[in-house]
Amino acid sequence: MSNEVLHAHAEALTVHGDHHEHHHQETFISKYVFSQDHKMIAKQFLITGMVWAVLGGLMSVLFRLQLGYPDAHFTWLEDILGKWWVKDGRITPEAYYALVTTHGTVLVFFVLTAGLSGTFANFLIPLQIGARDMASPFMNMLSYWFFFTASIVMISSMFVETGPFSGGWTAYPPLSALGSASPGSKTGMDLWLIAMALFVVSSLLGGLNYIATVLNMRTKGMSMTRLPLTIWALFFTAVLGVLSFPVLFSGFILLIFDRNFGTSFYLSDIYVNGVGALQNEGGSAILFQHLFWFLGHPEVYIILLPAMGMVSEILSTNARKPIFGYMAMVGSMFAIAVLAFLVWAHHMFVTGLNPFLGSVFVLLTLLIAVPSAIKVFNWLTTLWKGNIRFTPGMLFAIGFVSLFISGGLTGIYLGNSALDIHLHDTYFVIAHFHIVMGVASMFGMFAGIYHWFPKMYGRYLNNTMAYIHFWITLVGAYLIFWPMHYEGLAGMPRRYYDYSTWESFKQFADLNKFISIVAMIVFATQILFLFNFFYSIFKGRIVTKQNPWNSNTLEWTAPIRPGHGNWPGEIPEVHRWAYDYGKDGKEFIPQTTPVGAEESQH
Amino acid sequence: MSQNISIPSTSLSSRNKIHPQKFMLWMGIGSICMMFAGLTSAYIVKRNQGNWLEFNIPVYFWYSTLVIMLSSITIQFAVKAFKERAMQKYKALVTITAILGIVFSYLQWVGFSFLNNHGIQLIGRGSNPAASFLFVIMLLHIAHVIGGVMALLIIFFKAFSSKIKTYSSISIELAATYWHFVDLLWIYLLIFFYLIK
Repeated sequence: MSNEVLHAHAEALTVHGDHHEHHHQETFISKYVFSQDHKMIAKQFLITGMVWAVLGGLMSVLFRLQLGYPDAHFTWLEDILGKWWVKDGRITPEAYYALVTTHGTVLVFFVLTAGLSGTFANFLIPLQIGARDMASPFMNMLSYWFFFTASIVMISSMFVETGPFSGGWTAYPPLSALGSASPGSKTGMDLWLIAMALFVVSSLLGGLNYIATVLNMRTKGMSMTRLPLTIWALFFTAVLGVLSFPVLFSGFILLIFDRNFGTSFYLSDIYVNGVGALQNEGGSAILFQHLFWFLGHPEVYIILLPAMGMVSEILSTNARKPIFGYMAMVGSMFAIAVLAFLVWAHHMFVTGLNPFLGSVFVLLTLLIAVPSAIKVFNWLTTLWKGNIRFTPGMLFAIGFVSLFISGGLTGIYLGNSALDIHLHDTYFVIAHFHIVMGVASMFGMFAGIYHWFPKMYGRYLNNTMAYIHFWITLVGAYLIFWPMHYEGLAGMPRRYYDYSTWESFKQFADLNKFISIVAMIVFATQILFLFNFFYSIFKGRIVTKQNPWNSNTLEWTAPIRPGHGNWPGEIPEVHRWAYDYGKDGKEFIPQTTPVGAEESQH
Repeated sequence: MSQNISIPSTSLSSRNKIHPQKFMLWMGIGSICMMFAGLTSAYIVKRNQGNWLEFNIPVYFWYSTLVIMLSSITIQFAVKAFKERAMQKYKALVTITAILGIVFSYLQWVGFSFLNNHGIQLIGRGSNPAASFLFVIMLLHIAHVIGGVMALLIIFFKAFSSKIKTYSSISIELAATYWHFVDLLWIYLLIFFYLIK
């Protein structure tokens, strides 16, 4: 199937974008390194995020090796990774915990926050609202470089003598606060905290910019209710980030004081083997959980909302139908954004939380099912009787909907405080959040990359590789995480190093091996995607149509390879919403087309 | 290409909207509020769990309150002076404001040592979270005041630069808004620590 839409649009423009640009002295440094062009910054976020995704994915493959083959000896790994990580052909317990921790941190923050909303907020907001750049291009650049520095610090923690932080991505004290408690809580944790602090700064700088841009810099005619849903989603994402990351930051500050300045915010009555009783008194470890999850829960929507927005846009474009229930989509995203702040304690049902308070949080948590169901309903009705074009982006968007449904349903189990007594900290939780937040958002990201790659690089990705990538990843994702539900229901706890010595969970040895094999296959398939991505940047088929997907949104009215400033002349004016597909017998009507007199309801 | 685009003017001249940088400052203020809301909520949560040391806040914190309130007034006059192009007056007022900011931070520090000298250990082994909270929260506030002083210093040197004449009052207005904010934030913290101990 060709990437171009079959019915070529009459206005198919030849490549003519370049000669409009005024060629000022643009050095390599100002164009590719310290660029203030939102499109280049988006690509920087994307590629850094991809590097992190490979590292984080590789970590999961390594610990899946341990889980799938607890008795095997991979002596060749020792030569590659060194003795701290692999001893006698087996991943060491310290390395295992470090891998699990870093995998979580990296995937949640560096890939699915910075890599996802960093990329697409930067790329799409100015292009889709009709702005020349962000409100503050300089802050935007800073945002990337803070992220980059955070990345360097996080990577460097892999190489310190005591190993990277290894107390789980949630960094609960007392373990994370006491260097004497575990080697992973020494220098590795200091670097982890520095990296995360830098990351918070990066997110705030980015988020402030996104909000200011969406609210202040829309082109003429682009009222808020004419915004594409991507922009709404990215807007809510930024609001969530700006309000919740500072709270995480305050939690970190108290943790830093506990670690380095002998305070007792989180510490009380602790005995460390080999050290003795600690003097710290009066602190409360639960306090950190409150501060952490006040960010932590909005964080899952920070990850998910951009994917939701892009999926809405891609589904509508490729189903050739208006999005079903535009205002309901916006309203449900708003509801999700509000509820995100009111449910954090459902991560803490078994911390000794007052059961009455717990029941309030159960109610609020289950309320999230309402806007989520509205969104799912609207996606399905958008697809219904659509004239669907199964482009790779569309396939990943549909895959997102599938994963969101299957992962979302298990959320109803976990949101219940009574069931949570059995299910908490089991593989059921792992299965739930990997499907609904991890893989689903990855699918949203892939959908976005496949859909907007022509705009980003002026070339197409290879479709055959894309289809292989999609099907193996989708089937693989289900094969990896579906069985984990069974393991979790049986009570198999997460984060353990070796289940083969455990009578109750020995029965899952083969299942674990199966999951590990699939995980390796899926990881290898991502390498195929990476090859496709980097190959196509340089050698992909060149885009010759300004609007290859026959889409309505503004980014496709810019030149095929837009320069800094996006539109060579005037910024186009907007006359309608973004979803006039199949209206009045016209296949699509771009947002820039004025409303005709004979048009039906507008 | 990147230099010739004056971003705010293209989209803002047509509409009478709030300046994007001012808007961003307000959001940044919201963000800072969330951080302090997180910390003061943590304070309340921890206090209700017992093992809490009660003590009175030293008088120095009241002095510092006077200082920072005074500085809010001087910066407001600085904005006025700038708009009237009374540059000598403006420079003097900015200088006074920055100095008052430093005096404020110093008085906070004096308050800390007063507590430390009177048996209320702020950090380190044996410190009670009640005192540590006070110290950390106020320290963060001081950091924000120092940030404001830095901003004033930059504006100050801009005002002395003979090469570039600025007629836009936006940077001093931004600084003033931020300065009033850290002032109000301090008054909130003072009342908070006064009432809830």
